[in-house]
Amino acid sequence: MQPNRSGRPRTALFDDPTFRGIVYQVLLCLLIALAATAVVRNVIANLARNRITSGFGFLDQTAGFDISQTLIEYSVQTSTYGRAFWVGLLNTLLIAGLGIVLATLLGFVIGIARLSSNWLLRNIARGYVEVIRNIPLLLQLLFWYNAVLKALPEIRESFFQGSGMLLNNRGLFLPQPVVGPGAGWVLLAFVLGVAATFGLRLVAQRRRELTGQITPQLLPALALIIGLPVVVFFVVGAEVELVYPQLGRFNVSGGVEILPEFAALLFGLVIYTAAFIAEVVRAGLLSVPKGQLEAAGALGLRRREVLNLVVIPQAKRVIIPPLTNQYLNLIKNSSLAVAIGYPDFVQIFTGTVLNQTGQAIEVVVITLAVYLALSLITSAAMNWYNARIAYPGR
Amino acid sequence: MNQQPGGVSEGSAQRGGFAVEINGLYKWFGTFQVLSDINLKVRNGERVVICGPSGSGKSTLIRCINALEDYQRGEVVVEGVPLTHNLKRIDEIRREIGMVFQQFNLFPHLTVLENCTLAPIYVRKMPKSDAERIARKYLDRVRIPEQADKYPGQLSGGQQQRVAIARALCMSPKIMMFDEPTSSLDPEMVKEVLDTMVELAQEGMTMLVVTHEMGFARQVANRMVFMDAGQILEINTPAAFFSNPQHERTRAFLSQILKNA
Amino acid sequence: MIAVTEDDIFVRSQRVSVLPPPLAAAGPIGWARANLFSSPVNTLLTIAILALLVWIVPTLVRFLFIDATWSGADRDACLAGPHDEAGACWAFVRDRFSYFIYGSYPIGQRWRVDTFFAMLAFGSAWLLWLDAPRRDLGALYFFVVMPVCAYVLLNGWPLIGLQSVDTALWGGMLVTVVVTTVGMVASLPLGILLALGRRSSLPAVRILSALFIEFVRGVPLITVLFMASVMLPLFVPPAWAPDKLLRALTGIVLFSSAYMAEVVRAGLVAIPRGQYEAASALGLRFWRMQRLIILPQALRITIPNIVNSFIALFKDTTLVFFVGIFDFLKTIEVARVDPKWATPVTSATGYAFAAVFYFVFCFLMARYADRIEYRLARADRR
Repeated sequence: MQPNRSGRPRTALFDDPTFRGIVYQVLLCLLIALAATAVVRNVIANLARNRITSGFGFLDQTAGFDISQTLIEYSVQTSTYGRAFWVGLLNTLLIAGLGIVLATLLGFVIGIARLSSNWLLRNIARGYVEVIRNIPLLLQLLFWYNAVLKALPEIRESFFQGSGMLLNNRGLFLPQPVVGPGAGWVLLAFVLGVAATFGLRLVAQRRRELTGQITPQLLPALALIIGLPVVVFFVVGAEVELVYPQLGRFNVSGGVEILPEFAALLFGLVIYTAAFIAEVVRAGLLSVPKGQLEAAGALGLRRREVLNLVVIPQAKRVIIPPLTNQYLNLIKNSSLAVAIGYPDFVQIFTGTVLNQTGQAIEVVVITLAVYLALSLITSAAMNWYNARIAYPGR
Repeated sequence: MNQQPGGVSEGSAQRGGFAVEINGLYKWFGTFQVLSDINLKVRNGERVVICGPSGSGKSTLIRCINALEDYQRGEVVVEGVPLTHNLKRIDEIRREIGMVFQQFNLFPHLTVLENCTLAPIYVRKMPKSDAERIARKYLDRVRIPEQADKYPGQLSGGQQQRVAIARALCMSPKIMMFDEPTSSLDPEMVKEVLDTMVELAQEGMTMLVVTHEMGFARQVANRMVFMDAGQILEINTPAAFFSNPQHERTRAFLSQILKNA
Repeated sequence: MIAVTEDDIFVRSQRVSVLPPPLAAAGPIGWARANLFSSPVNTLLTIAILALLVWIVPTLVRFLFIDATWSGADRDACLAGPHDEAGACWAFVRDRFSYFIYGSYPIGQRWRVDTFFAMLAFGSAWLLWLDAPRRDLGALYFFVVMPVCAYVLLNGWPLIGLQSVDTALWGGMLVTVVVTTVGMVASLPLGILLALGRRSSLPAVRILSALFIEFVRGVPLITVLFMASVMLPLFVPPAWAPDKLLRALTGIVLFSSAYMAEVVRAGLVAIPRGQYEAASALGLRFWRMQRLIILPQALRITIPNIVNSFIALFKDTTLVFFVGIFDFLKTIEVARVDPKWATPVTSATGYAFAAVFYFVFCFLMARYADRIEYRLARADRR
C-alpha cells in the first residue's frame, strides 16, 4: 500500500471503521427522519379527518365535569381543564406522598421481621412478601375496592354510629375540627415545640461528644411537643369545635370524608410496595458483613449502639438506591387509580379530559411530561444523596 | 474510671486470680461437637499461642471467651468475672478484652480516628477530646499517625490491621486476643503487623493469639497450645513444644508446618 | 517474666469421645427454645402470633373449603342458608371456567387454542430444562417457528381452511398467555438490541437508545398503553387501522423492551474487557463477537433477572384491562357482576381464583429463577 501524506496506509474507504460508523449513523438518522415525517403527515391528515383541533388552547376551556375529591377550589360550572389538571396532579401527589411514607414504615417493619430470631415471625413475614409480590397489583386493588370496601353497609346501617365517626360504603367520615380564634397561637406553640425538640437533640449530641455525658431527651421532648401547646391552649382560651358527621336520609353531612376509592388505592399501594421495600431492607441489612457486628460487639458496644453506629450507616448505603426505585414504582403505580375511580391525574386528565376534547397528542404529551419530571426529580435527588455518602476510595 | 493502658495488671496477680480461666468447656453446633473438655488457665502478662489444623476449633475457643460464640457446658471466667448470659456481665468482660480479627473488620463509614474513638466515647463515656488524644497516641504506637483522617478503604491491608490493633488498645483492655491476624495479609505486610504484636508483648500485655506464624510464636509465647478436632492435645513451653512435641498428632502437625516454612 | 510451672504443661493421653449435646440445647425442645422463646419479647411475640393464626386460619379454611359450594347451577346454590355461613362459590368458577380460559373464542374452534397452549408448553419445557438437547434449536422454535404458527392458528388463514377469528373475541387466559408470550418473544431481542445500542461507540445510536430507555422507564405502563391505544391509529393511514390487541401488544412490547434492555446491559457490563480484547485479537468483528462470545456469557449471567422481568411482564398483562382487552382478570371482572351468580361471596371467590392462578405461575417462575441462580453460583465456585 502506498502511504498517503498522513503516513497511514490507505485502505478502501468502505472498510474504514470510522467511515462505516458515520454512514450507519447517517442512515439511522435518515430513517428516523423519514418515519417521523410520514407519521406527522398521517397525524395531520387523521386529525383533520376527525375534525379534532390542535394546540393547547383547550386548557382554558370549561371542563364541565365533577371531581369527587378536590384539594383545591374546583367548580363544575366554571373551572377549566387547566384547573382539572392541577386537581388531578394534587390528588396524585397526595396519594404518592402518603403512600411512600406508610409503605416505608410497613416495609421496614416487615423487612426487619424477616430477620427476626423468632421463627414464626420470620416465616409469617416471608409468607406475606411471597404472596403479595406474586399477585398483580391491579388484582389486589380490585379486591380491596370491590370485595372489601364495597361490602361495607349502606348509610342507614353505618358502623360506629354514636361514636362521632361513621363508616359505610360511601366512605369514612371523621369529625372535622373547626378552629376558633386563638388557635393560631396553639399551632405556633406546637411548631415551636417541635423545633425546640430538634434543637435539644443537637445540643445533646454536642454535649455527648464533648463530655461523654448523656442528656435526657424523651421527657423534655414530650413536654415541649404536647405540654407547651396544651398550656398555651388554656392560657389563651382558644376554642376548637368538632363538627360531627350527621346521618342524613341519603347522605352524610358535615365532617371530613375519606373516599373508599382513596382508601382502597392507598391500602393496596402501601401493602404491595411494602412487600418490595421489605426485601430491599432485608438485603441491605444482610449486606453488612457479620464481622462488623462482631467487631462492634467485641468493643463492648451494646446492641442498640451497634445498630445505630455501625449497621444502619452501612446498610443505608445499600438500601437507598433500590428504595428510591420502589418510590418511583409507587408513583407510577398510582396511575392504576383509573381502575377504581379515584380521581388521580391519569384518571382526570388522560381519561376524562382526553375523552371529552379528543386531543390525544397534547394530553398524552402533558401526561408523559409530568411523569418524566417526577421521575427525573426523584432520580436526581437520589444521585445527589448517593454521591454525598459514598465511601472515599483509594 | 480511666485505666492505665497496657502493662502488667498487678492487682489480679496479687489476688492469685487468672486473666482467663476455662474449665470443662464443651460446645456443640446443633449435633456436631465443636469443642470438648477445654481446660486452660491464662495468667496476667502471659502470652499464649494457640495453633492447630484448620477446623480444630481454635477461633471458636477464643470467641467463646468474649461471648461472640455461645457454649453449652463448662465455665469461662475473665478477670474474676464469670461469663454468663447476663448482658451486663458480657459488657463488663468485653470492656476488658480487646480483639483483633482476621478480616480486620474496620468500620468503613468512619475515619481511622473515628474507628478508634467510637468505643471509648460510647462505652467508656469519655469526652471526645480525651478519646481523640488517646487514639492518636495509639495510632502513633502502631506507627501510622498520619492516617488518622483517612478512611479504611484508602489503607493497605497491613495498615488496616494495625489500625484494628490500635482500635482495640484504645479501650485499655487487660487482655488482647488475636484471631489469625496475619492470615489475610500479603506476605510483605505480615512483618509490620507481627512487629507491632511483638512490641505489645514486650510491654507486658496478656495475649491470646491464634496463628500459624511459628517464628512469632517462638519469639513471644510463654506457652504453646495445640488443638485438634475441638480438643486441646498439648500445652507446653515453646522450647519444649518445638523441639520435643509429646503427642503424636502434634508431631505430625509440626512436621507438616515446619517443612513448608 | 512469667514462670511456667508444672501445672501449666499438659499432654492429653486419651482423646475424649464424642458426646451428644445436652437435651435442652438440641432436638425439638432446643429448637423451640432458640427460635420461639429465646427472650421475653420473643415469647410474647410467639404467643401473639399464634393467637392471630388461631383466629384467621380456621376462618379462611372454612370459607375456602368447608362451607364452600362446589357445584350448582346459579346463585341459589351459593347463598347462605338459614343455618350455615356462605363459603366460596366455586360453582360459579366451574360454570364460567371455559369463559375464563377462552373468552368468547368460537366453541368449535377452541381446539386451535388448545393446540397453541400445547405448542407453548412444549417450547417452554424445551428451553427451561437446562439439560435438554439442542437448546439452540429450541430457541429457534420458541422465538421464530412457534410465534408464526401461533399467529396462523389463532388468527386464522382462510386459504388453508382455518376460519378467521377476530381478536375481539379472544379473552381470558388465552389473551393473558398471548400477551405474555408476545411480550417475552419480542422484548428479549429488542432489549438486547437496545442494550447494545446504549453501549455503542456511535454517539447517535447511543443517545437514541438511552433516550428511548430512560423515557419509557420514567412513565407508567398505563400511559404507554394509552399512548399506543390512542395515538397509534393517528400515526398510520386509516387503511392500516391496527386492531385493539395489536395496539396493546405494541405498548407492552415497547415497555418491556426498555426494562429488558437495562437487565441485559447489567450483564454486558459484567463481562470483563479482556473478553472483548481476546475476541478482537482473534479477528472477530462486532456482530460475530456479540453473537459468539459476549451475549452468551452476558445472558447466562442475567438469566435470573430476565426471568424476574418476565414475572413482572406476566403481572403487567393485567393492565391491558384499561384499553379494552379481555384478559383473564377482565373476564373475572365481567363474570362476577353477572346477575345469574350475584351473591355476596361471588366477587371474593372470583378474585381468590384469579389470585391463585397468578400466584402459582409467578411463584413457580421465581423458584425457577432461584434455581438458575444457584446453579450459576455453584458453577463459578471451582
